[in-house]
Amino acid sequence: MLPIEYYTGLSVILFTLGALGVLIRRNALIIFMSIELMLNSANLAFVSFARSYEGMSGQIFVFFVIAVAAAEVAVGLALIVAIFHTKRNIDVDQINSMKG
Amino acid sequence: MIPDLILFFGLALVAVASAIGLLLSRSAVYAALNLILNFTAIAVFYLVLDAPFLALMQVTVYAGAIMVLFLFVIMLLGAEKLSTGPTLPYQRPLSILLAVILLLEAAYALFFRSSPGAPPAPALAGFGSPQAIGETLFSAYLLPFEVVSILLLAAMVGAIVLTKKPRRRG
Repeated sequence: MLPIEYYTGLSVILFTLGALGVLIRRNALIIFMSIELMLNSANLAFVSFARSYEGMSGQIFVFFVIAVAAAEVAVGLALIVAIFHTKRNIDVDQINSMKG
Repeated sequence: MIPDLILFFGLALVAVASAIGLLLSRSAVYAALNLILNFTAIAVFYLVLDAPFLALMQVTVYAGAIMVLFLFVIMLLGAEKLSTGPTLPYQRPLSILLAVILLLEAAYALFFRSSPGAPPAPALAGFGSPQAIGETLFSAYLLPFEVVSILLLAAMVGAIVLTKKPRRRG
């Protein structure tokens, strides 16, 4: 068993890569996948701290994060489909007006 | 110790490489496949960290259900090829700079403000098992569990309403 800093360090790197993906990509689907990557790295930090402190609460939080991520993906993908139907494009630079 | 290090760095390499592949991919399908690889590597990390229930949930819910939904939408929209229009000239260097700042800040907060710890002791028997998760979930966290059911219902109704064709008035 390695010290817990290895796992939190990996989670930091993955979170930064997810944030970088949100900043440099302009396709709404890729931005959404980068958000999932950030959620996952936070989950990894939760699990490693739960292991470190020998408490179950961290793992329960991961359970809730996964449930919320599932709900978020359902609504977010529905939004992307609706935007694509009105604008024929999912480039976030083109989506600059709220009116359909 | 040595097998642990080999396992950790091999899996970490897979996770980081697939995340970078997600950032650089030219096709949305490749990006989704890279993300599935990343989720699977993290599921193996959960197994190493004594969370077998969460590892299997990660594979079924994340790598299974959520990514299938992503692939389904990519195919539905026909958005496999990503448009490569002109970008803002300062966007890429600026975002890389901001990401480096974020990385340094997070590393500082994690490593230099807390004393580095020794490897944790071996976990108690049954730590992270479905039984332990269920006992905690249905005693201390019962109310959040019920709230999650309402959240999922609201998400389901919201997705149906958003994708419905607008009704013609008349």
